[in-house]
This record gives sequence, C-alpha cells and structure tokens, in this order.
Amino acid sequence: MTLFDIISLILGVFLLVIAFFAINSKKLIHSVLYLSGLSMLAVVSFVLMKAPDVAITEAVIGSGLVTALFVFTLLSIRKGEAK
Amino acid sequence: MKNILGLALALILGIFIILSLDSSASFPEFGTVDVNDRVSAEYLDQDNIDDVGSANIVTAIVVGYRGFDTLGEVTVLFISALGVALIFGSKGQKRLDLKFKPNFMLKTGSKIIFGIILVTSLYIILHGHLTPGGGFPGGAMIASAILLLYLADDKFRSNIKSFKILEGIAGSLFVVIGLLGLIFATYFLQNFIPQGTVGELLSAGIIPIIYILVGLKVGSEISGIIDNFLTEEESA
Amino acid sequence: MIQYASIILFVFGLYGLLTNRNVIKMIISLNIMEVGLFIFIISIGFNYDGVAPIITSNGAGLIYVDPLPQALVLTAIVIGVGTTALALSIAKSIYKKYGTFDLDEMEGER
Repeated sequence: MTLFDIISLILGVFLLVIAFFAINSKKLIHSVLYLSGLSMLAVVSFVLMKAPDVAITEAVIGSGLVTALFVFTLLSIRKGEAK
Repeated sequence: MKNILGLALALILGIFIILSLDSSASFPEFGTVDVNDRVSAEYLDQDNIDDVGSANIVTAIVVGYRGFDTLGEVTVLFISALGVALIFGSKGQKRLDLKFKPNFMLKTGSKIIFGIILVTSLYIILHGHLTPGGGFPGGAMIASAILLLYLADDKFRSNIKSFKILEGIAGSLFVVIGLLGLIFATYFLQNFIPQGTVGELLSAGIIPIIYILVGLKVGSEISGIIDNFLTEEESA
Repeated sequence: MIQYASIILFVFGLYGLLTNRNVIKMIISLNIMEVGLFIFIISIGFNYDGVAPIITSNGAGLIYVDPLPQALVLTAIVIGVGTTALALSIAKSIYKKYGTFDLDEMEGER
C-alpha cells in the first residue's frame, strides 16, 4: 500500500462522511457549510490527481462563491421571517 | 417508506455503475492510463505544442483546440446571469440589510486586501498559458474581490451598469477575434498572431488575449449575480 | 479507491435529491452529485507516474496525465456556478410566493 493509496483512502472516507452530514443535517446553514468543506476536500483530491487548473477553479468557485450565494439566499429569508 | 425506496433506487444504481465499469474492458483501471492510446496523445505531441505555443496543455485545449466550445460556455454563463437578473427584477432596488455594522478597521482593511486580490487575479489571468489558472478562476477571483467589498461595507453598491458594458464589450471582442481568424487565416478562432517561444509571457498567439477577455466577462457576470443576490426590491 | 468514493458520492447526491423535500437541500444534493462527477471524470485520466500537463524545459521523456478530462471539468465547474445561481434565485422567488421552502407544505395554498 503506497502513500497515495493511504491518502486517497482517508480522503474518500472524509468525503463520504461530510456528504452524509451535508444531506442529513437538520439546519440548512449547516448543510451549506458542509458543502463548502466537501468542495475543499474535492480540491485536495484534484491536487492529488495532478489537476492544478481544476483545483484552482474549484477552490475559488466551489468553496467560495457558491457558499456565498447559498448564505445570501438564507440571509434574505431570515430577514423576511423576522418581519 | 419513501426514504427506503429512494435509498434502494440509489443503491441499485450505484451497484450497477460499479459493476458495469468493472466488467467493461474498454474502461481503464485506475492509475494505469496510457495517454498514448488516446486522443490526448495528439495534444501532447511536440510538434503540436510548438504549433499552439502554450506551455499549459489544459489552456491549449480550452482556448486553442476547443475555443468555440468556450464561446458557447460563456454564452451559457451570460444566459444564467440574465435569468437571475430577470427573476430578481431591477426596479427600485436597495441593499439587503446584513444586520451587522462593519467597524472602521474592517472597512479599511478590506480595501487593502481588495487590491491584493485584484492583482493576484490579474496575475492568474495573464499567466493562464504558462501556469495553472486562466480566465475562469481569475474572473471568479475578481468577483470574490467585489464580494469582499460588499460584505465589508453595508452601504456599498458597485456600478452595475459599467459591469454590463464591460461584459458586452468583452463578449463582442471574443467574437471579433474569432472573425479576424476567419479573415486572416482559414477558420473561426484560428491563431493568426505569431506563436513565439513556448514558455515566454508573450507567446501562444491569441490564447492570452482570449483568456483576458474571458476573465473580464466571467468576473463581471458573477459580480452582477452577486449584486442581484444582495439587493432586494424596495417595497418587499 | 478515490474512484469508488466518487461514485458513492454521486449516489449519495441522488439519494438526497430523491428523499429531501426542501428546495435548498435539493440544490445542495445536486452540488454533491456535481462534485462526485468531477472527481470521477478527473480520475479517468490519472496515471500513477504522470505529472501535471504543463510543459517545462526538462520535460522530455515524462509521462503526463490526460489533459482532456481536466479541460472538460474546468468548463463544467463554471457552468455549475451559473446553474446553482439560477436555481437559488428560483428558490428565493418560490419562498416569496409560498413562504416556505418545503415542497409538501406549499401544495395546498395557491
């Protein structure tokens, strides 16, 4: 078992656990944050598989912008509830 | 009941995917792929690399070989930005109240970091044909710099009209460059500028120019989407 | 190993899409499916001895990983943010009309 296998095994387990939490957590904001963490782990796997271009793009878009869009949607909803 | 049905369906699908890929002879085993058996061998051929002039092969494929594809893709992004703007409406917009007051340090510090992020994104766009990166991540990084300004100042609104103009100009110039390729060479988006040496900043012909345009277009589009998400109608 | 993980990730996303009745949760499940698909497509082109497909001055004789899947995924990620933004804006207007994100609760009240 090489180092690559060990790292990819740990990475795969983490990916699945975080995806499980993202789908099954009760609060929406927790789901969104788990999705951001999932993207970050995906970035690690892209770097592991020698795809730096994709890793940069996913790091900026997947864990930054998409999370921001989700959070803004939830924020505007919270404000509507308070009224 | 519904959950169990969904779980069973998903499990069966997953087992089918894994079994069919395992038994298929044409699907390569993980990690033992030989590029020379594939189409990509042509992209990695030394003569073709000298012909395109881009050290980053992914950029050569995205902009050089599949430039028309990229044009279609930025069109898709434009249409989705248009759809977001249509759904949110544009009349009587004001900033969404974030319910926290940013202090002086945050406002000043964010302006300093804004410049650093902008310079980094420009670097990433300009070196798209040499190092990992390019127009798409660079443009998204410009948009995240704008996002930082929005978050740090609760009164801030960028000039969204100039974004629209910038986006239109960038998209039109992309098509114009493609048409110039049609005029000066033989087909749409063909490279009509000398390629130069592989690995230098001024090389690869039209690839850096197109990537700058793509970066501007992506950046202004996603900034527009962020602005739409952070505004709401006055009377809501 | 990471290939199996990506397929299971895709299946997880499908499960979430089928069982959740919340619009935001469904969009999150779609995003999880997307991530699994991206990892799978990248893994198709991977080689243990390969290096990243960027030409360097001493690059003769090196094995490169397949650059074509990477180019395809690069464009797919950017399309993904566009579709997610459009879906979220539709979800927001659904909330404005019905006052809820849940598909079951909104059926009665028109």
